[in-house]
Amino acid sequence: MAVRRRPRLGKVLRHLGLVPFLVFALFPFYHMALTSLKQDRELYDRQAVPLLIRQGPTLEHYRKLVWETGFLTWTKNSLLVAALATTASVVISTVAAYALARLRFFGVNAFGTGIFVTYLVPTSLLFLPLAQVVHWLGLADSTWSLVVTYPTFLVPFCTWLLMGYFRTVPREVEECAMVDGATRLQALVRVVLPMTVPGLVCAVLFGFTLSWNEFIYALTFTSSSDQITAAVGVTSELIRGDIYFWGGLMAGAVLASVPIVLLYVVFLDYYVSGLTAGAVR
Amino acid sequence: MAVSSARIGPVLARPRLRELFDHERVLGPAFVSPALLLIGLLVAYPFGMALYLALSDAYIGRPSQFVGLRNFVTLWDSDAFRQTFQNAFVFTGTAVTLKLVLGLALALLLNEQLWCKRLIRGAVLLPWVIPTALSTLGWWWMFNSLYSVVNWTGIHLGLLEPPGPNWLGQRHYAMAAVITVNVWRGLPFFAITLLAGLVSIPRELYEAAEADGAGPVARFRYVTLPLLKPVLAIVVLFSTIFTFSDFNIVYVLTHGGPINSTHLFATLARQVGLESGQLGQGAAISLYLFPVLVFVVWAQLRFVRRQVY
Repeated sequence: MAVRRRPRLGKVLRHLGLVPFLVFALFPFYHMALTSLKQDRELYDRQAVPLLIRQGPTLEHYRKLVWETGFLTWTKNSLLVAALATTASVVISTVAAYALARLRFFGVNAFGTGIFVTYLVPTSLLFLPLAQVVHWLGLADSTWSLVVTYPTFLVPFCTWLLMGYFRTVPREVEECAMVDGATRLQALVRVVLPMTVPGLVCAVLFGFTLSWNEFIYALTFTSSSDQITAAVGVTSELIRGDIYFWGGLMAGAVLASVPIVLLYVVFLDYYVSGLTAGAVR
Repeated sequence: MAVSSARIGPVLARPRLRELFDHERVLGPAFVSPALLLIGLLVAYPFGMALYLALSDAYIGRPSQFVGLRNFVTLWDSDAFRQTFQNAFVFTGTAVTLKLVLGLALALLLNEQLWCKRLIRGAVLLPWVIPTALSTLGWWWMFNSLYSVVNWTGIHLGLLEPPGPNWLGQRHYAMAAVITVNVWRGLPFFAITLLAGLVSIPRELYEAAEADGAGPVARFRYVTLPLLKPVLAIVVLFSTIFTFSDFNIVYVLTHGGPINSTHLFATLARQVGLESGQLGQGAAISLYLFPVLVFVVWAQLRFVRRQVY
């Protein structure tokens, strides 16, 4: 094996092979952050080098974003929607996943297939009729419409994810608890759930991330400046008529990504395991 | 358990709730009913509505009438729709192929011994974690007609003729731009999932193949590929449906332009159904995503799940 004969060289070559991938993955973020910190003078100077800041950085774009736009309101809305939709979805999914992984009852297989099919339904297939349903529910142009509709894609995914975790808990553990006099519900709450904490953490993380990142429902069901989420606010309200909006726009894109990046940095391994479970959305 | 319930059953005329919940036949349906209710009301019902809307002349804020297949006939007469239909296949075919090839290459690299493995993996995953609508704004700026950093870099490296292409203003360049962003955002899913598949291949198989005189290419061809096939199939199927139904990237980057050359079903459905108010036609366009969904589900259930479980 060539690698064994020249371990150092092989290793260096592999890292060199990774460089294009890393540049491709990271450059857009670097450029976004750079743009958000540049002064307009340098940003729109066509002779300037776009890859660096030469004329001094500024926080002006961020200051304007936070104090002169609805950014804080949009972020608050995003947090509210993500927190509520995730909580509701994880609760609904936990009991459904437990039933699917453990219990035998009429229609269990059909329901399992149904969950799987629903998981694959793209949000862009149903957003038009859902807009009508939202209207009938009296939630048109309200942040609450998102709290109600986001579980439609969170529940199938979280159920799918948690089923896998429930299957890893040996049946015997539960049966022991029940022999000792616990009811099935007590066995679930006191014995099985503590053993599936990693799965629950993963479900919460993904629920939050998917809610935070969702775009087409938020764009369709809400439009008033005090009801929209951060992703919609930044993409629709920061683009002005003239061309000198780029600094503020990039500042908005960076700042609205910060909560997710923080979660990501802390919980990287959970994201990897969730992704491996098929979180393609 | 069967014995105890047979004994206790007749004695207690009104079994207490918690005892009732010890029966799988009661607890099971009770546990799945919230999810079932949600899916019924907010997925199945809207789907039925989508079918009806597609067969009606629904207009926003006006009562609708059944018109049969007229929406579909009208769509096939429209240049915008025929263009979108073609775009959807070009976009999905190119993007999924690129993601597969690049994703496999990246997974193979990540599967080797590396310095700072965790850091590299974290960096590779980042595009997939950040909200797509927001990161696409960054790409929008990178493809800007006056200040494009892509063109600046290309020109300074001698790869592009000044002033460089107007990425989002010319048909084929716009499609290339949209595909690039989709590949950028979807690559982590391919790489990390395939990496998990690679890690699960037993080392002994490679050692045995090597002992039999197989070189790196033969090992890849006869050990890695066959064993990776189930994972490859899942990844490609999942990605196909979500690439085909993509909305965010096209909406933010090009709005479907120039002259419909990057429209996908989802973005055209929104433009026709909401921006021009022809709800019925919009729903009909959205429904073109359905056959792909059916195919992916069928393929998953028929071939893939059997191998996984």
